[in-house]
Amino acid sequence: MVNMLRIQHVSGGYSDKPIVKDISFEVRKGEMLGILGPNGSGKTTLLKMISGIMPFSKGAILIDNKELSEYSPKELAKLVAVLPQHTADPFSYTVKETVSLGRYAHQRGWFHSWSTEDEETILRVMEQTGTVSLQHRSIQDLSGGERQRVYLAQALAQEPRILLLDEPTNHLDLSYQKELFDLLKKWTKECDLMVVSIFHDLNLAGLYCDRLLLLQEGEIVIEDTPNEVLKQERIQNVYHTKIAKQPHPKVPVPQMVLLPEWEDDQEGIKVQIDQSMIHATSERIVVKTTHPLKTMSSGVVGSGVGWYQNFVNRHVDKSYNCSDHKKEMATYLEKNGFVPGETVGMMTAVKLEDVSYKLYVDRNVSIFVVVTAGVGNAIDASIIDREIFDHTPGTINTWIFVNGELSEEAFIQSIMTATEVKVKVLQNEEVLDVTTGTFATGTSTDSILIAATQKGTSIEYAGSFTQLGRLISRGVYECTTEAIRKSRIRKESMSSSF
Amino acid sequence: MLAIILGISLGTVKVPVLSTIQILLAQLFPFVSLDGIDQMHMNIVSNIRLPRVILAGLVGAALAIAGAAFQGLLRNPLADPYTLGVSSGASVGAVVTLFFQLSLPVIGAFTLPVLSILFSFITIFLVLGFAQKIERSMRVETIILTGIIFSSFLGALISLMIALTGEELRQIIGWLLGSVSMRGWVYIKIILPFFIVGTAILLFNGKELNAMSFGEDRAHHLGVNVQRRKLIILMAGSMLTGSAVAVSGTIGFVGLVIPHLVRMLWGPDHKHLLPLSVLTGSAFLILTDLVSRTIIAPVELPIGVITALIGAPVFAIILLKTRAERSG
Repeated sequence: MVNMLRIQHVSGGYSDKPIVKDISFEVRKGEMLGILGPNGSGKTTLLKMISGIMPFSKGAILIDNKELSEYSPKELAKLVAVLPQHTADPFSYTVKETVSLGRYAHQRGWFHSWSTEDEETILRVMEQTGTVSLQHRSIQDLSGGERQRVYLAQALAQEPRILLLDEPTNHLDLSYQKELFDLLKKWTKECDLMVVSIFHDLNLAGLYCDRLLLLQEGEIVIEDTPNEVLKQERIQNVYHTKIAKQPHPKVPVPQMVLLPEWEDDQEGIKVQIDQSMIHATSERIVVKTTHPLKTMSSGVVGSGVGWYQNFVNRHVDKSYNCSDHKKEMATYLEKNGFVPGETVGMMTAVKLEDVSYKLYVDRNVSIFVVVTAGVGNAIDASIIDREIFDHTPGTINTWIFVNGELSEEAFIQSIMTATEVKVKVLQNEEVLDVTTGTFATGTSTDSILIAATQKGTSIEYAGSFTQLGRLISRGVYECTTEAIRKSRIRKESMSSSF
Repeated sequence: MLAIILGISLGTVKVPVLSTIQILLAQLFPFVSLDGIDQMHMNIVSNIRLPRVILAGLVGAALAIAGAAFQGLLRNPLADPYTLGVSSGASVGAVVTLFFQLSLPVIGAFTLPVLSILFSFITIFLVLGFAQKIERSMRVETIILTGIIFSSFLGALISLMIALTGEELRQIIGWLLGSVSMRGWVYIKIILPFFIVGTAILLFNGKELNAMSFGEDRAHHLGVNVQRRKLIILMAGSMLTGSAVAVSGTIGFVGLVIPHLVRMLWGPDHKHLLPLSVLTGSAFLILTDLVSRTIIAPVELPIGVITALIGAPVFAIILLKTRAERSG
């Protein structure tokens, strides 16, 4: 059982120019270490040194406190297996013959016969790598991904304690990448295996590795947990490219995304959301933009965070009742020529004729606010104990389009500011919670949408005292007030006509 | 086996097949009667045909297994003693021996094969070393090109020596063209020990050759002591080539074509490839020898001519195929 792989002050490379410089790190059993770094940073060279095929001029590599050079090639092959990046296969060996070669180190002498243990091992590794069905095929006839799995099986047939991988997902499609690393992760834990792997894909490395080692020009930049290593600024500096960092939606690891050049090219394009883009009928209010907007919303379709370019507020009858309203909404959108994946869709029973919208401009920042409001079922959100619930339809849908580039923080602050203003408007308009008689804070089905062009002025904050915050305050105040009043007038005229 | 009997029976003077078998059996088992056998046939079989056939068999086997080993070691289906320049190296050694009438003390009659082997060994190392200088990764084409450069150069050396020589000219040229005729039992004694040792070494390295045909790094990862094994295999291959050249001159393409044929028929596993190359190689050369002396009998064609006539087109086809595979 191998407990530790220790690399101590290793330097070396070809001829006089060292490729790796003074590298030190340790890997313990049950650990998966990822080696990252741009091309030419010495990743492969370092791996070759650990696998013993490349000499180093300074330092030491120890497996369980014993120098690498003290192991015979066969001893070493029983401890360390390598999955290479490229392999030459000039002859048409069958898959099984290829995998069987992995048993070489376990066979003794010239006359060692193929034992049942050998046979069982290669069958097991072929099953684990999904290559059993390929076993009689020629290695030359396989696809890149299949070949990669065959060589993985060959490496596993060595029954190693340390597995070294050089960009193992090179030829693998998505499902096999995931499968491979799920499997490796499981083995590292269950079998106390040690995995050291070179990664091109930072996100994959972040997902599976316990620790990451970032190399630049042969030197260690940092060796730490993925969260520490994958910092936006550091990765940008090391890889000399523009990237952004975001959290993984399911697991607590960072994910890096590339920022393409065409994003820069679009900087010049002027996108301005204003009255010209709104199209309001009694059936629906639509804002259609030429470029997708970054959106944070609580709609029926397209809610959450995303990039959308159609915004639909649809009128539904009071009696609208559907068990799967999301699906029904998507069908509705599709029927009316909106791609659901590009659309944020909301619903309201409020008469859409009462919509209020206006463009607000303050120097370099402008917002376009659209509000539909009905206060039929207004409630005071601060009172939890309520027995009766008024079913008169009412909904306040607030849309705020920002012509500017918002930070995530600004998005959230925009929502806060807009909500605070809405509460104040309801108070001013003396909208009461019918059940409790207190001032209402909203209706039970209110929705909000903040959509930003992400071009032009960069806006960090949107608190109520900032430039954007003030615009939002004014816009939401005016539009909501107007929308509530319009709605009330309609109701009064309707009831008086009876 | 069939090739052996045919090779002994047929020739300028035809010996009936049955008589041949009878004579052969008599040689092996003294109690088999030789009644009714022509004394001339008896002589032809045991003193001319039999050694000739055995020699052809040994040379063919040696070249084929050496070729198979070189191809596996260099991961290069185009490698063979001839294309790598090893044969030429051995030739130089042999010509030097003949030219200077060398006879080293102690080894005496073995001077010729020993010098041939030595020269072939030096040549393979020069070729590989040079190829590595040109290109670290030692691509297939680089090694072949280097081999061809060395071959030409060594060939020129031989021509030079021939030009400078007078009386030995015919002997050297006849030897150079490659032939197994009129060599007699002496030559079999010369090649046999080297053949046995070289073949045994290669057969014992089948697994290592399998591993190394996936690349030296890969072999190392699998636990093969690459440096040592490589040296051993190169030495054994050179030994086989050198001794074969020493007794029969340069017979090209056997080492290239036979391993290919065997690989196509029985797969690339060296555990089978090596012994089957021995069998197929010997049968092939015995038959080729047979063709060379019967096709326009009584004139004998040099055996090297026949193998080259078959081998060169095959070489070209293989080259085209690998090219097509690489681009496709």
